[in-house]
Amino acid sequence: MEFFRIRRDIPFMRHALVLNVISFLTFAAAVFFLATRGLHLSIEFTGGTVLEVRYAQPADIDKTRRTVEGLGLGDVQVQNFGTSRDVLIRLPVRGDARGDVLGASVFEALCKAEDGAVGNKAYVTPQGEAISRPSCDRGSAEPLTLSRTEFVGPSVGAELYEKGAYALLATIAGIMLYLAIRFEWKFSVAAIAANLHDVVIILGFFAFFQWEFSLAVLAAVLAVLGYSVNESVVIFDRIRESFRKYRKMTTPQVIDNAITGTISRTIITHGSTQVMVLSMLIFGGPTLHYFALALTIGILFGIYSSVFVAAAIAMWLGVKREDLVKAGAREHDPNDPNAGAVV
Amino acid sequence: MNRYPWWKYLILAAALLVGVLYTLPNFFGEAPAVQVSSGKVTLKVDASLTQRVGSILNEAGLKPDLLQFDGNSVKARFGDTDAQIKAKDALSHALNPEPDNPSYIVALNLLSRSPGWLAALHALPMYLGLDLRGGVHFLMQVDMQAALSKRAESLTGDVRTLLRDKNIRHAGITRDDQAVDVRFRDEPTRTEALNLLADQLQDMDWTESGSGDQLLLMGRLKPKAAALVQAQAVKQNITTLQNRVNELGVSEPVIQQQGLDRVVVQLPGVQDTAKAKDIIGRTATLEIRMVNESAEAREAERGAAPVPFGSERYLERGGRPIIVLRQVILTGENLTDAQPGFDGQTREPTVNLTLDAKGARIFRDVTRENVGKRMAILLFEKGKGEVVTAPVIRTEIGGGRVQISGRMTTTEAADQALLLRAGSLAAPMEIIEERTVGPSLGADNISKGFSSVIWGFVAIGVFMCTYYMLFGVFSTLALAFNLLLLVAVLSMLQATLTLPGIAAVALTLGMAIDANVLINERVREELRGGAAPQVAIHAGYERAWGTILDSNVTTLIAGVALLAFGSGPVRGFAVVHCLGILTSMFSAVVFSRGLVNFWYGRQKRLKSVAIGQIWRPDGGGTAVESATPPKA
Repeated sequence: MEFFRIRRDIPFMRHALVLNVISFLTFAAAVFFLATRGLHLSIEFTGGTVLEVRYAQPADIDKTRRTVEGLGLGDVQVQNFGTSRDVLIRLPVRGDARGDVLGASVFEALCKAEDGAVGNKAYVTPQGEAISRPSCDRGSAEPLTLSRTEFVGPSVGAELYEKGAYALLATIAGIMLYLAIRFEWKFSVAAIAANLHDVVIILGFFAFFQWEFSLAVLAAVLAVLGYSVNESVVIFDRIRESFRKYRKMTTPQVIDNAITGTISRTIITHGSTQVMVLSMLIFGGPTLHYFALALTIGILFGIYSSVFVAAAIAMWLGVKREDLVKAGAREHDPNDPNAGAVV
Repeated sequence: MNRYPWWKYLILAAALLVGVLYTLPNFFGEAPAVQVSSGKVTLKVDASLTQRVGSILNEAGLKPDLLQFDGNSVKARFGDTDAQIKAKDALSHALNPEPDNPSYIVALNLLSRSPGWLAALHALPMYLGLDLRGGVHFLMQVDMQAALSKRAESLTGDVRTLLRDKNIRHAGITRDDQAVDVRFRDEPTRTEALNLLADQLQDMDWTESGSGDQLLLMGRLKPKAAALVQAQAVKQNITTLQNRVNELGVSEPVIQQQGLDRVVVQLPGVQDTAKAKDIIGRTATLEIRMVNESAEAREAERGAAPVPFGSERYLERGGRPIIVLRQVILTGENLTDAQPGFDGQTREPTVNLTLDAKGARIFRDVTRENVGKRMAILLFEKGKGEVVTAPVIRTEIGGGRVQISGRMTTTEAADQALLLRAGSLAAPMEIIEERTVGPSLGADNISKGFSSVIWGFVAIGVFMCTYYMLFGVFSTLALAFNLLLLVAVLSMLQATLTLPGIAAVALTLGMAIDANVLINERVREELRGGAAPQVAIHAGYERAWGTILDSNVTTLIAGVALLAFGSGPVRGFAVVHCLGILTSMFSAVVFSRGLVNFWYGRQKRLKSVAIGQIWRPDGGGTAVESATPPKA
């Protein structure tokens, strides 16, 4: 089986201008949405309290919302989470109320709304672990259970925000430095520009749809950054090789040749990674949902940007044969790990 | 050309063996167990308890599969929950004769079922994070300002004593937040005081200010000393928390320092935050009282007479009763520090207490009036008191520095100092982050994470095998080997596996196949270019290596940045991601090459390679399932 039966080099660079204009427009749209709508940050960044409760029957969201709003806790959000029985409640940070007791009081109110009384259940699991948990009892039934609570103080949130930004900067700086040493500054700039364009577009999607931006999503964004850069690296590697091999080609021709040579590998690896991510999206449940979603967008745009954007930027920056292929003596340096085997 | 020397195969075999060995414990699952730990600060659990537990279980006719002592608790593992519950009843009955005042905590929990020989190799199952097993997580911030103020308070007392001892007249000593202000009326006195204080209190920096007869000497802790105070405060708080958390009988509580001033507490299996907070937030209190040494009290000590009016009967640590007066002289509030030390003259081990200014004053008055009598230091926990020590007062003690000595070993002194400190937190703590995960949600997360990895793996494997034929099989085996190594390394390091960690496993596998695709595409390309199969394999691997290295390094940079700046769940992700990149380089390049060499390397006249159909632009795309080299 061979998916890619390409007879001639595909003239990618002929369309570079059009594609770059498209990229720029997407990028501008992403920035626009980021600026106007902003990211819907999770409580890990903003601070606050989150409760996840599971009802015995499909939950009546409106009733739950009314109950929680009745407590006067400010701007609360109530929504379904995963299934119709699971409800997620978000409470903002309040200066006066202590966040760590807030969760318990909301649970109590929800329990009362179901005519139950808050109690405490201690039992031994079938495996033999002793467990105690707060419960809501109505007779022998349990109308709702507390699946998860999370409280984050405002100071922790601000710190995470800062650290997230540092992590992003460190990644960018590290990758640029590595590429500059390994290849050439023009490639380093091109690769980072192309991949930051991906990052901004992922963020743009999160801003446009107001998907929740959590720490896991941040991790996904950084992982994608490292991953897509390696796509650009593979293409740059080929460009260098083609410069050596085909002395008569012009720069756009060399770039076309390199991209054509790697396109099958690009699609297959990204396809494989995407299969894994899709599997997470399908089987991973609501906790991994946005993580997988960020990866999906990142991987798709990663292919696009390394093929159409990175190489084109390198071309605009005026990359030349002399930049990559140094003096003849070094070309056959036996210690050069990039020279490949001499057969 | 495609042959590995025997030692390379040996390395691969060794890696495979280690991988299997350390992955193995994860498959045994967990079995019901009973855990016995100390229920009192004053009671230390040691190895001798193991024998006691063993004999109690023996008497009850129960045979534990495993009985072990792990530093601060004894654990016994059973085959089923019935035996576990019987064992719990037997143990709590035998170890705690007074059920309302238990000396030991007997709790039910889980223990890994992996056999002893694996545990002896330190091959333990992966440590599951709270999001996978359920439990509560607290992040607590230690109030360092309070710790520093407390230290300044005790230094204020020291300054006062020093100046009085040397007869230097000052116009008042006060504590101003974290600074000590000493006022003077004239310059020479201040200079004299400064020399003395700078010499005696090496932890402080002094600055002079004021003029005329309003001279001021302001002392602040040196940054180094302040850092030490903070480090000690966190350490003491952790010790105190450990003692309190033991009471919950949680199998593997995590109490760790995070950053400079934070403490993480994770209690698996506990969902009840209210109770956990109650126990964590409880303060044991320390009281200093006089011992009643009247004749009636002595009778009462022997149990021959009722306890006299205005007195109470408490037990000493050894179990001897002692009668103390109800009146409290000092409480733990006034005790700023307790450290083990040595007496300057006799070289005997001692416990040195430091009292704050108010405490020092009261203590001086009391000791002056009661030379030759005994005083008792009591520790109250959960409403029950116990006498830690009851020394005889030898002289009047001023200045707030108390030395307790006599008939102590060094360890005893250290234990006693710890006990005196353990009662209280060095500085108040505030919960700044709290997370609870229900047990069913945890199990849910495991199965979801697991199925995403499995289905993703299967899909990739099927694709690789159909697209690249035998080379695809090699790639899939290499990917499986990568998964094995990753799990083995995670188990070996006892890294905490969280849901983001499982996601990282999935993502790493998805990315790791990249290296094999690169290699396979390269080999195909060489074949397309007309190379002989052996040459094509060799060149394909060699040429792909540089690219694989480059692409992994960039991914690793992002991983390391996450590791350095991330916290909590992101850290879990980053650890697995970074380790996965390293294992994938090994498995994708070295291991898959090993397989290929093993299969093809010995065939001298290799005609074709099963790497799927090779399409050539000039050949017009004839369907051949394996590539044959062109006739040369």
